[in-house]
Amino acid sequence: MNTALIQQIIDGLAALMLLVSFSLLAQHRMLSVLHWFAVQGWLLAITSAFVAYGTGHHELYVSAAMTLLLKGLLLPWLLWRVIKRLHVHREVEPLVNLTLTMLIALGITLFSFHIIQPIEKISQLLTRDSMAIATACVLLGMLMMITRRKAITQVVGFLAVENALFFAAIGSTNGMPLVVEIGIAFDVLIAALIFGLFFFQIRTTFDSLEVDAMHASLVEREEEE
Amino acid sequence: MSPFLVTLMTPLIGGFVLAAVEDARIAARINVASGVITFGASLALAVSVAQVGSLNAVGGWFFLDAFNVFLVALTAFVGMTTAIFSGPYMRHEIAHGRMDARRMRLYHSMFQLFQFGMLLGFTANNIGVLWVSLELATLATVLLVSLYRTPASIAAAWKYFVLCGMGIALALFGTVMIFFTSSSVLGHGNEALTWTLLMDESSKLDPVVMMIAFCFLMVGYGTKVGLAPMHAWLPDAHGEGPTPVSAVLSGLLLNLALYALVRLKMLVDGATGTDTAGHIMMSFGLLSLFVAAFSLHKQRDIKRLFSFSSIEHMGLMTFAFGIGTHLASFAALLHMTVHSLVKSGIFFTVGHAAQAMGTQKMTGIRGLIRHHPGIGWGLLVGTVAIAGFPPFGVFTSEFLLLTATLDAHAWTCILLLLGLLVAMTGLLRFVQPMAFGEPASDAVAVRVNMLPVYVHLLLALMLGLFIPGFLAGWYDQAAALIVSAPLEGL
Repeated sequence: MNTALIQQIIDGLAALMLLVSFSLLAQHRMLSVLHWFAVQGWLLAITSAFVAYGTGHHELYVSAAMTLLLKGLLLPWLLWRVIKRLHVHREVEPLVNLTLTMLIALGITLFSFHIIQPIEKISQLLTRDSMAIATACVLLGMLMMITRRKAITQVVGFLAVENALFFAAIGSTNGMPLVVEIGIAFDVLIAALIFGLFFFQIRTTFDSLEVDAMHASLVEREEEE
Repeated sequence: MSPFLVTLMTPLIGGFVLAAVEDARIAARINVASGVITFGASLALAVSVAQVGSLNAVGGWFFLDAFNVFLVALTAFVGMTTAIFSGPYMRHEIAHGRMDARRMRLYHSMFQLFQFGMLLGFTANNIGVLWVSLELATLATVLLVSLYRTPASIAAAWKYFVLCGMGIALALFGTVMIFFTSSSVLGHGNEALTWTLLMDESSKLDPVVMMIAFCFLMVGYGTKVGLAPMHAWLPDAHGEGPTPVSAVLSGLLLNLALYALVRLKMLVDGATGTDTAGHIMMSFGLLSLFVAAFSLHKQRDIKRLFSFSSIEHMGLMTFAFGIGTHLASFAALLHMTVHSLVKSGIFFTVGHAAQAMGTQKMTGIRGLIRHHPGIGWGLLVGTVAIAGFPPFGVFTSEFLLLTATLDAHAWTCILLLLGLLVAMTGLLRFVQPMAFGEPASDAVAVRVNMLPVYVHLLLALMLGLFIPGFLAGWYDQAAALIVSAPLEGL
């Protein structure tokens, strides 16, 4: 394949990445949030593989495989297990209604393209257009974290931010050095395990996975003094 | 084995060994032993670095210069004294049913892993590894904050985890951006993240990208430093966790985050050749000073009170590093040292006071000097030291900072003095009745170990009265490193 074609494929994948970030925000049901989260993991792995092929950086195949295992399979499966085990209510319960969320998301995307403009001009890399999309995805993940009521959707938002960061690393720099990448993957894995542990602690202590209940306990603690 | 490897590996091995030790008493001893070995090795390391100036270790993956080796020694020292303090303190907690044997294992193991993450972060010669180790140190402490399993502690740990996780994610984004520009200079590999190489080439990095990267790094690592307005996690995490954890979080972890920020600022300055990064840091620093100083007056919980004081001091240091002159950097480094010593000492005292009075509420703690003279005087002297009275080291460093500010940005002096004054009154108005006041009747006698506190306060006193020549030379060298860095780039 020639470089132009690979460039186009990667741009296409970047566009899909943005689309998936929007879909994650638009879901009503918990299970479909997880589905889209898994799709995001697969997209990342495919992008890494393409960049590896296009640039000849073979260590990227390793990170593609790691991504597929960790973010495409293991994490969605773990979250799915948690939902089953804890009988989490199936609705997502956003704090801001979905239409408004979508409009804010649109604004965020425009903003990201605006701030990244000076960077795009100077880059010589194969994948320079993806930096703006990665920035948008990071901010969309954060939007998801702040507009959701449940601890578990917050975690999906958190992991979506991690995915977007990974996409930034792959998309705009052709991947970080392997040592750093392994370190990051390891941290994400530990973080996910700790999150899992927390779900059970929160559930047994607060009897729900609502973030409000936790916040209330801190406020109460402060006021009783 | 070289002293460097002993320093770094002892906590890692300790962490794994302690995960397997059932008996809490033995585990506490191993914890102390590991702390003593780490500190001893770090001293040996400091001596060897002082002889040669700077040192590369393990094939260039690690490096040590005047700036980080003193932080390594400080971390190892406070880690050791905290381990000594934690033994009797945690025994009391077990006796009162707040802890059980299984969680003690988690506690000791995570304490050592935290120490490992800290030392790895300070010595790593790769800004990617620096990020990984900061995340490691955070993850290790998350479970420690929720150790008591009370609703408030779980909520605090969750807040800590989510906010700091988010902050650290932004810092990673900044690191990716640096790699984005540096890989076109240094090639697509580890070299492009290697600190020593980056520093030599910093003028070739793209200024626009570096500035955007710095904004992400500032907010990201700034969250971990506890700078306002990203500080919301800090008082909760420090207030709800066990006291030894509060002591190392306040005294050490914040330093590592600030260290990361300063290192990266040196790079950004080299690339942009302007003071913009420093000005951003100064604004965050001043804002934190003010937010913390006024919040101090509203506190009811003694540990939350002193965690706001940590925000205040981190703000001061960020401000000082932001000014970026030789004198300001010197003041910031000195302040970092005395703050770590005094603040962890205060947390030890506060832990004992809360145990003696059976509460962390400040209205419940009264007349400590009459009841427990050791704790009472410790708290009073510690507070006087941290509030910046002479003859303690905090006074010296704040005085130097003000002098440096007069040289660089004279008008901010008024703001600084106002902030310091408000913070000082905030501390004294609460501590005075706790130290004197009418003693509460239901105070219990606790076995206290005030030795670590006295050692910390004595060191802070010594740094206030006279700074030994070798130490002053050291700070001087480190400050020169921080300041001269951008000049080379220009």
